[in-house]
Parts: sequence; C-alpha cells; structure tokens
Amino acid sequence: MEKQYASDFKISSSPHLRGKESVPKIMYWVVGILMLPVASSIYFFGMNAVRILLISVIVSLLTEYIFLVSRKKDISLLFDGSAIITGILLALTLPPGLKSSYVVIGAFVSIALGKQVFGGLGYNMFNPALVGRAFLQASFPVAMTTWIPPVIQKMVDAKTFATPLGGFKFSHILTPYKNLLIGNTGGSLGETSAILLIVGGIILLIKKYIDWKIPTGILLTVFVLEGGLYLINPEKYANPLFHILAGGLLLGAFFMATDMVTSPITPKGTWIYAVGIGVLVVLIRVFGGLPEGVMYSILIMNAFVPLLNRYTRPKILGEGGKK
Amino acid sequence: MASKENSYFSDFIKGLWKENPVLVQFLGMCPTLAVTNAVVNAIAMSAAVIFVLVASAIIISLIRKFIPAQVRIASFIVVIATFVTMADRYLAAFYPELSKALGPFIPLIVVNCIILGRMEAFASKNNVGRSILDALGMSFGFAIGLLLMSTFREILGNGTWLGYEVLGNWWDKWMVMILPPGAFLTLGTIVGVSKFLQTKFKKA
Repeated sequence: MEKQYASDFKISSSPHLRGKESVPKIMYWVVGILMLPVASSIYFFGMNAVRILLISVIVSLLTEYIFLVSRKKDISLLFDGSAIITGILLALTLPPGLKSSYVVIGAFVSIALGKQVFGGLGYNMFNPALVGRAFLQASFPVAMTTWIPPVIQKMVDAKTFATPLGGFKFSHILTPYKNLLIGNTGGSLGETSAILLIVGGIILLIKKYIDWKIPTGILLTVFVLEGGLYLINPEKYANPLFHILAGGLLLGAFFMATDMVTSPITPKGTWIYAVGIGVLVVLIRVFGGLPEGVMYSILIMNAFVPLLNRYTRPKILGEGGKK
Repeated sequence: MASKENSYFSDFIKGLWKENPVLVQFLGMCPTLAVTNAVVNAIAMSAAVIFVLVASAIIISLIRKFIPAQVRIASFIVVIATFVTMADRYLAAFYPELSKALGPFIPLIVVNCIILGRMEAFASKNNVGRSILDALGMSFGFAIGLLLMSTFREILGNGTWLGYEVLGNWWDKWMVMILPPGAFLTLGTIVGVSKFLQTKFKKA
C-alpha cells in the first residue's frame, strides 16, 4: 500500500509550469529579426557586409564547437542559436572596411573570452559580441574607426568617410534625418538604418522577447539629457532626435542591452540599468573623447548587473521591514 | 610536512610551481600586471626581486632571534628598503633607460607582498640555508610568472621578443596586449591554464 501511494505522485522541484518558449525558439526569432539590419547592411555596404557577416558567424560557430568539445558538453548546444546571434551582432557593430583577419579575431574573442570561459550561455557577465568588439577597438584603434561610405553614395575618390556622430563631434556637420532613418550614411554595418532597427525592436517588444523597460529607459534618458543640453545651447549640442537616430544607440538599446543573460532580472534593477546606460552614452558622446559610447556604456552597466540584482530584490511576502 | 632532511629540496622547488607567487598565491600583482608589457622589463624586475628577496632573507633569518615580535614588520621593512634602494640606485646608474621604463615599480618592491610574505612566513622562522633556498625558489617562481606574461604580451602586442622580431611584418600588432587590459587577459588565461594543468597532474 505504502509503496503504491508514493509512486502515484510525481515528485519534482519547481518550476512546475513551463511556457511554450524555449531558448532555441527565442534565439532563432531574434536571428530572424536581425535579418532586417543584416539586409540593410548588405544593401548599403554590399560584398563587404556579406564577407564580414559570413566570417563572423562561421568563426563564432567554430569557436563554440571547439569549446563545447573540449569542455565535453552536448554538441547540440551549438545550434541553440546563441553563437549565431553573437556572430551576427558582432558583425553588425564592425566598420564595413575591416580586414577579414580582424573579424576572425573578434569573433573568436567574443565566444572564447566573452562567453565560454565563464561557462557558456547563461553564465557570461558581459554581452559576448561587445566583448569582441571592445577587444578589436583596443587592439586596432585605427582600423576600427576607419569608415567607408555606403556603396550607394557613389562618391568619387572617397576612401574614408565620417559617421554622423563623428562628423558632428569633430566638424559639426549634421547628417540629414532622412539619411539617418534610411541608413544612407557612414557607420558600422548594422547601425545605419534607424527605421529597420525600430521595426525589428518593435517586433521583439510585441513578442515580449525583450524587456520593454530597457529600450524605453535608455532612449528616454538619452532624449531627456540631450534635450536639456539642446535647450541650453542649441548651437553647440545636437538635437536629441539626432542622437537617438545616429550611431549605434538603437542597435544597442534594442538588441544588445536587452540580452537576457546580461541584464538585471528585477524591475527596479532594470530601470537603473537602462537609465545608467543612457547617462553613460550621453556622457561619452558629449563630454568624452570618442564620438560614440554605446558599446562601453552597455559593457560598464553589464558589470553592475549582479550588484543590481542583489540590492533591488523585491521583498518576499512575509519578510519583515527594517527595524 | 616533510621531515627536515629532505625538505631542503622542497623549500626551493615549491616556489617554482606548486606555490608559485604569481600564478597560485597571487602576490605581487602590481608589478606583474604593470611591467610585463616587454620582456626586458620583466627580466629587470625579476632580477631586482631575486636580489632583494635573497639578500633580505639572509639578513632577516640571521637576526630573527633579536627582532622583538611587536616590531617585526617594521624591522623587515627597514631591511628590505635598504636592499631595494641599492637595486634602484644600481639600475638608475647603469641602466637609466630601464630604470625609467620601470618607473616607480622598483621602489615599490619595498611593499611587495611576496617579499614581506616570505620574511614573515619563512625567513623569520628558519635558518639561513633554508631561507635562502626558499627565497630563491619564490623569486624564481616570480620570474617565471613575469617571463610567461611578458612573452605572451610582447609577442602578441608588438610582434617581438626581447626586442628581436619574432613575427614578421604581416603581423598586425594587437595593441590591447601591451595595454593594461591585455595584462589582465594574459594573467587570467595563464592562471586558468596552469590551474587546469595542476588539477590534471594531481589526478594522474
């Protein structure tokens, strides 16, 4: 009797209810949505974009494979989509004229130092693609800030080209909003077309694959701070809308800062995280030496995530107040 | 602990690998991270540490019975500072360029944890012979750590080793490796690999 009684119940620890979503499903949705900026990069930068994207994704997958084998992990983890996303995201943040060997180094560092040394997906502290980009930026500062014009703008004798943010910072040229929206400007592969990034971000928001608080917090903070500066001195500072559309802010806010692993899990922590990124972006862009600061802002706030999770934990029901 | 007769060898050998000050004890991180951007700096730094550590170990272990326990750290510092000053002046006189490259890190050996740690943990408790062996082992261990770090950093970051070209012109220098972040990346990687090797050999 006793024995039968026990075997009638299935005993398992929580969670008891599971959603329909799985890691690969979400990842492949994101890959699908990333095809929007990928398409714009190929349209504007042609074969350079194809070359960088392919190398980045293939090297990411290869590195992931090598680490999975050497760590004796399940090889099927290779196709959970996360390595592909890292590869695509890294490629989208790279300048179109970058040498192939640099792309290889960047993709290897992204997966190896950004993800696998921490224990793989779910354990990494920093956004892997941004780790790879930061490594490249520190290693090859000249190559990483040499921009070539989009293929469409058949400019004669133009080997280098300024990004909208660089152009504004160093020579005070405002790129027209139409170009910023469509993407007909200089910049990293995937950051130029604001409209496609916004569409992709909205799809992610509707599918609830990203936390709406993060892009909202980042974009609002940048808008308010830049708006304040613009009101104080409209001649020196750019229109806040320009700062939102130009550079990597939209790509970062929708696709990178929202990485589930490296963003906080508590609502309050998420707000602090998002506002922190916004403040750092404005500080670096306006007062720093670099024209663009989205990468460093996200990486810096990534480092704060464990702390935020710890100190913004909501009270458990029944937990007493402070005495 | 091993018996006294056969422990002379282990006094020396433990600092090289099992208790390596850089890779296992994480002592003396400041020079490890700061001066390893070139092999020549690492060699000069290691030489200075070997000299200071061995010389102060001899003095401290000789006078260990006369040092009152309450002021022992201050006494160690006085002895160490004497030898550091000698090393610093020697470098400044005969190798002014090297001395400039190493900057404040030679004077900072005074407060280097490896040296103070060995004085406190070993030289002040053991006789001269064993103290010398211990000091030699520890400082060679430090030198090994520094050489490993600087070899990786100089080859990757500058394409050279001790100033000689190793990788040709085709090599795009990884600037990051000779910058501070490269020091942390290299240290992390080397420590990770050495930990892996240590656990592997322990099992076998």
